[in-house]
Amino acid sequence: MREITYVDAIIEALREEMRRDETVFHLCGGLGPLEPLASEFGTDRVRVCPISEDAYVGAGIGAAGCGFRPIISPGVMAFAFTAMDQIVNQMAKTHYMLGGQARFPLVLRAATGAGRAAAAQHCQSSHPFFLNLPGLKVVMPSTPYDAKGLMKSAIRDDNPVVFFEPQSFSISGLIGPVPEEEYTIPLGTADIKRAGDDVTVVAIGRMVQAALAAAETLAGEGISVEVVDPRTLTPMDTATIRDSARKTGRVVVVDEASVTGSAASEITAVIVEDPATFRSLQAPPRRVCAPDVPVPFSPILEQFCIPDQADVAAAVRQTVTESQ
Amino acid sequence: MTLEPARLLEMYRQMATIRAFTRRASEESRAGNIPTPIPANVGEEGSAVGVCSALRPDDRITSTHRCLGHAIAKGVDLGCIMAELFGRSNGCCQGKGGAMHIADFSVGMLGANGIVGGGLPIATGAALAAQLEGSDRVAVAFFGDGASNEGTFHSSMNLAAIWKLPIVFVCENNGWAIAVPASYALSVEDVSVRAVSYGIPGVTVDGTDVLAVYEAAQQAVARARAGNGPSLIECKNYRWDSNSQVDHAAARGRLHDPLESLRSHILNAGTADSDALERVHREVDAAVADAAAYAAAGPIPNPQDALDSVFAA
Repeated sequence: MREITYVDAIIEALREEMRRDETVFHLCGGLGPLEPLASEFGTDRVRVCPISEDAYVGAGIGAAGCGFRPIISPGVMAFAFTAMDQIVNQMAKTHYMLGGQARFPLVLRAATGAGRAAAAQHCQSSHPFFLNLPGLKVVMPSTPYDAKGLMKSAIRDDNPVVFFEPQSFSISGLIGPVPEEEYTIPLGTADIKRAGDDVTVVAIGRMVQAALAAAETLAGEGISVEVVDPRTLTPMDTATIRDSARKTGRVVVVDEASVTGSAASEITAVIVEDPATFRSLQAPPRRVCAPDVPVPFSPILEQFCIPDQADVAAAVRQTVTESQ
Repeated sequence: MTLEPARLLEMYRQMATIRAFTRRASEESRAGNIPTPIPANVGEEGSAVGVCSALRPDDRITSTHRCLGHAIAKGVDLGCIMAELFGRSNGCCQGKGGAMHIADFSVGMLGANGIVGGGLPIATGAALAAQLEGSDRVAVAFFGDGASNEGTFHSSMNLAAIWKLPIVFVCENNGWAIAVPASYALSVEDVSVRAVSYGIPGVTVDGTDVLAVYEAAQQAVARARAGNGPSLIECKNYRWDSNSQVDHAAARGRLHDPLESLRSHILNAGTADSDALERVHREVDAAVADAAAYAAAGPIPNPQDALDSVFAA
């Protein structure tokens, strides 16, 4: 199968959906990789916006309520925080507050995470606070294949979908196999990225790569790791996560966000609050997250804060030890 | 301006309806049948009716927490509004939105908003949708003087101006942002001058003169429909009642009664006699009573209904 970059996989999804449905259009903070789409579809459907996130995020909500499917791209998610009223009070709640009378199909896609030495505003993992906003779906793909299939589903979904793209993938040029033919991945389906028997590692976004690298190392030590990627945080595929936890009896959850109130915290709760899964555990679940600090600038400080494969491997070894 | 008698009487009916409905809702609130205070529209009927009279049914509006006038003028069913205020399942939002979130997309009422300035970008998006679909529909964003100090006022007007979106920004300046006077909070006396910053027309009209509002709205709507872009209309209003029965803004301005002004105009012009206007009031009172009965008889939600409609299926 051909291999393409994470960014190109997303652009392919956007192009296919724009060809398929003329109500799909873009509101973006800048063209960047969307340039070829502007050439193909024109600047009416690929609209560069002034740096007025509150206006164009809200305009996306309004257009969605009037029959369109906007894709809103502010760049880094931190830039969208100037539109937080529109996201929190309008986007997430309007469908519900109006008794379901109108639909707001839109995608808010933005870069997330650390790894580019740009300090705490440009480098942050904000997905956890979107999880506490009922009415938003939250997606964070970890591979080009998942990114394309999930983006197509996000665009077709009749609800607001917040689509996180780890920015380290575009910096590193992450590539992976993506079929030429059409496919979609339903929102709310986890994926077992590597099967194993001894320890379940649930990892999100670019932490999946760290988990897979750790699993490879640990295999050499005789520890068989199963890597589960939820792919969608809302809705979350709790069945697949719990099934894996029950099978291995040991759980490590990896999330780039600061530990307090992280997605890892929620996933851990999902695992332990299920009686059968709780009883199957041989050791306490362990979270591997960033500490509760803003992400610092200097690369050595940044790397210290962000979980890597060594952190994941150490947590797995400790979990195995505690279960003996 | 000269208007045909039927249109004048319809404006009068709508303004009378807003007043009667709002007063009834406030009574129901005091009686405990509505679980929240009602942000009243008494004294501000002129701007709602004047603007919406210039719109077509397929045009769209967004509103503020002070939404009853806009909703009624845009044609939302009275019973569905009252039932929503009562928190009943037959309300326009199934009891999930309440007094600050009246909406009915089927008549182009895209929603009131509990956040000051929250509706301007959404109306801008409705105008963008009209432009994208190649229709000549127009969007109107209603907001208050308080919202003109929010970022969304400026960013939405700029966005609408650069894209020549078919939208009319309507500022109802009643002189008070909750309990903060505009004389303190506004850097300018007239909000309309802020249109200059965005290269669009801005006018100030007497919001208690429904005909003046209508004339300004017609011009702005025609401009938007023709593809010439947005406008800003400032309606100088007088808030009679306090913000929501919980603050302490003084009741003022009863000398500027938009309903009484229109009544004088109609009688002086000989459009109708006082008997005809009394008949309008009787019909309005009956319609409001029907709405209250519809609400009172409406089903109380099942508690489990709270879990529905988070996501569209």
